Amino acid sequence: MNFVTLGNYLLPVVVLFIIGIALYKKVSLFDVFVEGAKEGISLGFQVFPCLLGMIFGINLLLKSNLVTDFFNLFSPIFSLLNFPKEILPLAMIRPISGNASFAIMIDIFTNYGVDSYLGRIAAVMQGATDTTIYVISLYFGSIGIKNIRYALKAGLFADFITLVVSVLLISFFF
Amino acid sequence: MVNKLWGSFIVIGLLYGFLTGKGEIMNQELITCGSSSFELFFQMFPMMILWSGIMKIASEAGILSFLSRLLRPFFSLIFPELKKDDPALEYIASNLTINMLGIHNASTPFGLKAMQCLQEKNPKKDTATKSMITFLVLNTSGVTLIATDILSIRSGMGASSPTDLLFITILATVINTTLALLMNAYLGRKET
Repeated sequence: MNFVTLGNYLLPVVVLFIIGIALYKKVSLFDVFVEGAKEGISLGFQVFPCLLGMIFGINLLLKSNLVTDFFNLFSPIFSLLNFPKEILPLAMIRPISGNASFAIMIDIFTNYGVDSYLGRIAAVMQGATDTTIYVISLYFGSIGIKNIRYALKAGLFADFITLVVSVLLISFFF
Repeated sequence: MVNKLWGSFIVIGLLYGFLTGKGEIMNQELITCGSSSFELFFQMFPMMILWSGIMKIASEAGILSFLSRLLRPFFSLIFPELKKDDPALEYIASNLTINMLGIHNASTPFGLKAMQCLQEKNPKKDTATKSMITFLVLNTSGVTLIATDILSIRSGMGASSPTDLLFITILATVINTTLALLMNAYLGRKET
């Protein structure tokens, strides 16, 4: 059994684990489930306006190509530092949209190869961090936080570190 | 802040689109974006309902409080301002555990619930608290130990050994989470 098929067992095992223990502890399973699921419905409706608004704003920005164009301006500097500039669009989109950056990662796989230097960096970068702006707007939007203080700074710092670390680690190990 | 960020995304995106002659694309985006967010929502929504139900069972069975007790030493380090038995910590613990397994859709209800718990004790309802931001940093730095979606894509596209990046990805996650938490602690101290 390899790790990929192992991955398919994760979710079922989590469910088995939770329901098994609850059964053993004699929780009135179905009633509790329905009660929780009802909360899930209101949670969903609460979140949807944030989701729609956020996708609206993010998609307009992405479709204008501003982000990628902007960083192409800096590509000479990165070539000077011997930094793989092909990875930059991914690095810039990663904090904004998980779906878009996933698509860019697949693009890099197709163009340069899954096992290539760039392909490996892309995979690590995609896997080692999460979508900062998405998480901020969803989580803070759902409870009505307007002043997010230093949250964006801290989140983007993590993304920047991921960029540097994934390039360094892949260059070191491969 | 969210307001300004959102507004500038739209204004800058549209203006730049016009300047580079993408008027038609921008128009298309305006029309289709509603339905594409509906699609995303309908992918998430059933998972959300299902996992809110399972979450309730896990909570009744004492699994959530067990997890948070397990992670207590780590929590008291990064959430020094929260009480040891704060109910938010149970949801944070579960959110992290499920995130580590790479099941992001299932972890969202736990995360939202954790934020609600933190919000109940927030004296200024429109301003983020320190613990909220710390939790957010944990989430955005991504504590995924097994990124199942990437694994399956890599094996699907013929990687010689799809799991050879597992260790490196975990290492990268650990490094970026640690540094982000340090930065977070520094920023938090600077601002108060």
